[in-house]
Parts: sequence; C-alpha cells; structure tokens
Amino acid sequence: MSAAPEERGARLKPRPRARLEVDSVWRALAEIPDPEIPVISIVDLGVVADVRVAGNRVEVDFTPTFMGCPALDTMRHQMEDAVRGLGAEPVVHVVLDDSWSTDRITPEGREKLRDAGFAPPAPRSAGAPTLLQLERGPFGCPWCGSTDTRLDNVFGPTPCRSLRYCNACRQPFEQFKTI
Amino acid sequence: MNERAQLLLSLADDELILGWRNSEWTGIAPFLEEDVAFSSIAQNEIGHARALYELAARELGTDADALAFDRPLEEYRSAPLVELRRLEWARTIARHWLYETADAIRLDALKESDDEELAGIAAKIDREEVYHRIHAEMWIDRLLGTDEGRGRLDEALDELWPYALGVLDDALRPELVRRVEAKLGRAMQEVAPIARGRHEAELAELHEEMTMVRRSAPAGARW
Repeated sequence: MSAAPEERGARLKPRPRARLEVDSVWRALAEIPDPEIPVISIVDLGVVADVRVAGNRVEVDFTPTFMGCPALDTMRHQMEDAVRGLGAEPVVHVVLDDSWSTDRITPEGREKLRDAGFAPPAPRSAGAPTLLQLERGPFGCPWCGSTDTRLDNVFGPTPCRSLRYCNACRQPFEQFKTI
Repeated sequence: MNERAQLLLSLADDELILGWRNSEWTGIAPFLEEDVAFSSIAQNEIGHARALYELAARELGTDADALAFDRPLEEYRSAPLVELRRLEWARTIARHWLYETADAIRLDALKESDDEELAGIAAKIDREEVYHRIHAEMWIDRLLGTDEGRGRLDEALDELWPYALGVLDDALRPELVRRVEAKLGRAMQEVAPIARGRHEAELAELHEEMTMVRRSAPAGARW
C-alpha cells in the first residue's frame, strides 16, 4: 500500500525554510544606512516603527522624518530590498502622523551622530523649540564639547539641520533640529 | 468633490504655491543664510503639499502628481496671498510672517479635528512649521528694530493684510487679528478679506512654469 495522502503531499512540498523571525527583519533593516548621513542606520534613526511577519509577508511601518526629505523614497526602497533579500514579500506602510520625533533616535544613534560631527538633537521634553531657546540654550559643540556656541542659521544644508558656531574652538557645526 | 477633499486641496495648494514662491529666492536672497533658509522652507512646504495631495488623491481616486500638476489653473484652491510674486524683501518677510501666523492657527484647529488622519498629519506638519515661525518672527523683530525697517514692513503688512485674512475661514480670522496686533502693538485696519476662490494674475505664469515638465512628458517621466 502506498503512503498516506498527507505523507505524499509532504514529500511534494519544497524543502521547508526556516520561519522568518521578526528579529531577523530588524537586523536586516539595521544594516541600512541613512541615505544622507550614512554613519547612522535607519533603525538608529527611529523611523522603523513596527515590523510584523505573517508567513512570507513582512509589513514595516515607516514613520518619515521631515516630510520634504528627498531621502524618504530611497529609505522606503531600501527597506523593500532588504525584506526581499530575506526571501519575503515587503509591504511598507508610510505612517503620516506625528509619531516620529527626534526623541526616537536611539542613544547609539545619537553617539554615532556626535562622532561624525553632527550635534544630536536636544530632547523634546521641554516642548516645541523657541527662538529664545535656540539662541540661549546650552547647545554643545560636537568637536570640543563647549556649550559656548551660537546660532548662525535656523536652516542648514538639509531640512533636519541648523547651523551653529562654536566660540571656543572656532568651528562651525551642524545641529540636528528638535522636532 | 466632498468637503474633506476640498479642505485637503486648499491646504496642499497653499503649501505648493508658497513653496514655489519661496524657492524664487534661491540664489538671489540678500545674503547666503537667507538663500539657505528660503530654499529649506520651500522644500518643507512642498513636502507638506505632497503628503496632503496623497491623502486627497486617495479620496479622489487619482495620484499626488496629477493633483499638483495636471489641474487647470482655475481649479487650484490656493489663497491669493501665496500666489503673489513679491521679490522685494519687506514684502517677502511680511507675507512669510502673515502666512505662518495664519497657518499656525489653522493647524491648531486641525490638530483638534475628529478626523484622526487629518489631526495626525497636521501635528506632523506643525513640528516643522515651528521653525518657519521662528525664522519669520526673528525677521519681524529685526525689521521692527529700526525706523526704516518698521516703515517698510508696516507698508507691506498693510498691503497684504486683506490677503492674510483670506487664508482663513471666517471663524478663525479673529484669532489672526489678535495675534498680529499683539505682535505689532498696533491695530490693523478692518478690511474685506481677499479670500480663496479667485486667483491673482501672476499665478498664470507660475502655473505655466510649474506644469511644464508634466506637459512635456504626458506619459509620465521617470527620474
């Protein structure tokens, strides 16, 4: 007598692949550098809000930073490629509410920014920034650590940065805006 | 078109047209910092427009680019304030500050909306607009600091005042009057608002320029 139908069916299936774990998706996404500031990954940047795995389908909730940032499309495509690289089908949901703020940048991400010469954003705990705070606040220089710095321009080379100048080491530097 | 789509298009059109106008300072602002500032503000405004067009597009069964660039000029819902071409510094700063002040009032109202999607996007936009307001107020303070600055700013503000009132619906206008008068320390004239629903003559040239690429590649250009 031949094998039971279930057994025959099992033999015809492709070799079972290890089930994709949420953690492996996070690890793959953590390999993606920010397109404009490649010292930091998009996971460090805090833009990956959630990852869900359902069979062969991986859903990623993506919370963009600045809405006019030209890197957003690149980030989305890179996430899709990373998921495909794991052999799964990506669905990236762009979440357009205010759940992303610069407070979502991880402590490791902040250190990486500082090491690369960008002053990480001040915490938002004090509420939305004000001109007085930008002019008088204790913003530290990423080069020498002095807080004797001044605001040169609220706007900088990209929407996410302001320009400051350090009076102590006489170096200009880029300060991440708090949003 | 339903009320929600109309509202989204009004917001998006304001941000797109003003973003375009602000970008006209790129390379020719009075000094380099302002080249950077106005270019950056333009980039933000156009980013906001894109997100708002995407919501509207879902409502209307089309896409954001089609809404931004394929409509005839008459169908734009922008406020006349943002359509004005004002390559003169006092008027630029006056328009910038009046618009950002009006926009803040509008965003505050939207953040309280029962429509969660609209409230969420308004809150996100507002996080960026804070910096536009800081920039505008910094300039108002600077111009108010000298007699010549004050004189030229006052003239520009009076000229643009009916346009500024026209950015907001009736219900929100008193708050604009309150905020503007509080900052300037003087009363504004009672005038009839120049509200959305009509267009400034100079929008035609901008519309022509803005839609040129789409018209040259009707099948859709890929970059």
